[in-house]
Amino acid sequence: MTSERIYAKLLPILETYLPEDVDADEIDMEKDLTAELNINSAHLVDVVLDVEDEFDIELSNDDMESLRTVNDAITIIQNKLAASA
Amino acid sequence: MKRNRVVITGMGIVSPNGVGIPSFLEALKNGESGIRYFPELAELNFSCQVGGKPVLSEGYLENYLNALEQRKLKSDGIIYGILAALEAMEYADIPLRSNDEPPDWNMGVVFGTGSSGAEKFREAIYQVDDGNVRRLGSTTVPQIMVSGISAYISGKIGAGNWVTTNSSACATGAESILMGYEHIASGKATKMLCGSSGDVGPYIWGGFDAMRVTNWKHNANPEQASRPISASANGFVPSGGAGALVLETLESAQQRNATIYAEVLGGAVNNGGQRQGGSMTAPNSEAVQRCIRSALQNAEIEPSEIDTINGHLTATAMDATEISNWCEALNRKGSDFPYINSLKGMIGHGLAASGSMETIATILQLQHDFIFPNINCEDVHPDILRQISEEKIPKQCINTSVKTAIKASFGFGDVNACIIFRKN
Repeated sequence: MTSERIYAKLLPILETYLPEDVDADEIDMEKDLTAELNINSAHLVDVVLDVEDEFDIELSNDDMESLRTVNDAITIIQNKLAASA
Repeated sequence: MKRNRVVITGMGIVSPNGVGIPSFLEALKNGESGIRYFPELAELNFSCQVGGKPVLSEGYLENYLNALEQRKLKSDGIIYGILAALEAMEYADIPLRSNDEPPDWNMGVVFGTGSSGAEKFREAIYQVDDGNVRRLGSTTVPQIMVSGISAYISGKIGAGNWVTTNSSACATGAESILMGYEHIASGKATKMLCGSSGDVGPYIWGGFDAMRVTNWKHNANPEQASRPISASANGFVPSGGAGALVLETLESAQQRNATIYAEVLGGAVNNGGQRQGGSMTAPNSEAVQRCIRSALQNAEIEPSEIDTINGHLTATAMDATEISNWCEALNRKGSDFPYINSLKGMIGHGLAASGSMETIATILQLQHDFIFPNINCEDVHPDILRQISEEKIPKQCINTSVKTAIKASFGFGDVNACIIFRKN
């Protein structure tokens, strides 16, 4: 799956967890999920569960630890999809 | 010691017969039942297949909770509690603190419940048993921790004083108000949001069904099923919901020109110790009478000043015992007895939520000068008629000035709570 395609599927998931004062337009590849997009750190586990359901993959604890930015998420998803292909 | 005077400046309710104060007030005056038949209970082989569950109109939830807050929120009790609390804040005209403001250090929350998030807990148990603990998500803990309800509420309003959850079975709601009252009276906070809520449905009601303490004889006539004070009472009807009240110092309420619904004159809590006839499930009558007398003492009023009683009166064989305890404690009987009513005829027994919903019904009477009707007691129990005049058990709404009301709740574990309110 191309990173554009992954991004397109990831976007609505991230939008769900944005606080009310952060606009969806602010999401881009380089943004840090908690520090810049202000997603509540407790909600990161929910983002991961939604990603797992959307892409039919399973993230490890190590994957979660390395997840900081939108780009990290895309890389993790791409690697998982490649491994399961 | 000088106590701060404490008044009620806001109320909110999510009740089986009315969601929101205006709709609840109308149902209360009209004696409208909120009890329904639940086919789900029949399918699950419940003896009692009726119950009370609040009905949220479309968009009501969305007024108070955004999509993210609603996401995977499965605890009815928490949802009802938040809705009631936020309505109470609206009536109190206290703006919610925005996320970039500091909390109100002088406002706290005591919001009780019996258990939390049964539905969420059930879902979590299945996940854990399947080895899928990693898939529980972030809201399992706050929804099933008992203090989840006060935590959600304080997050919404920005309370920076004492925030806690109390739990004392069916006395929970009345107790929460007394805890908030004491905290303000002793000068530790200016405002407290108090109340209680409870989940509804088979997981909460099942244990009572198993004990055969619920009414299984009126499945075909749900609106007649909850029969406090009646000779044909056959057990309570389980329900749930939430009631919330904003308590505040009289001084603060006057300074900000708030509407004052009633003053909390005082109250008492105690326990029968499961002695002298008291047990896990039955009250020690001496303890009940002591609790009522202590409440009068604490409020510094005479029994003769009581205009109306809002009883616990669940529709079991204990109703007559309760009346006798009131007669003894107040030393009033026959036609000298105050008016008495039970909200449970309309909405069933809201368990942990009952005390706060019933307190709101009590205060609405003071505010609007009426005594709400008892329903389903056209056949008053003879043991009750031997003690008090039937005219003191209104079956139609009575429009009359009500100055002082007393409310009591009793519960499993032999707990008692009693509060006295006065029209301001």
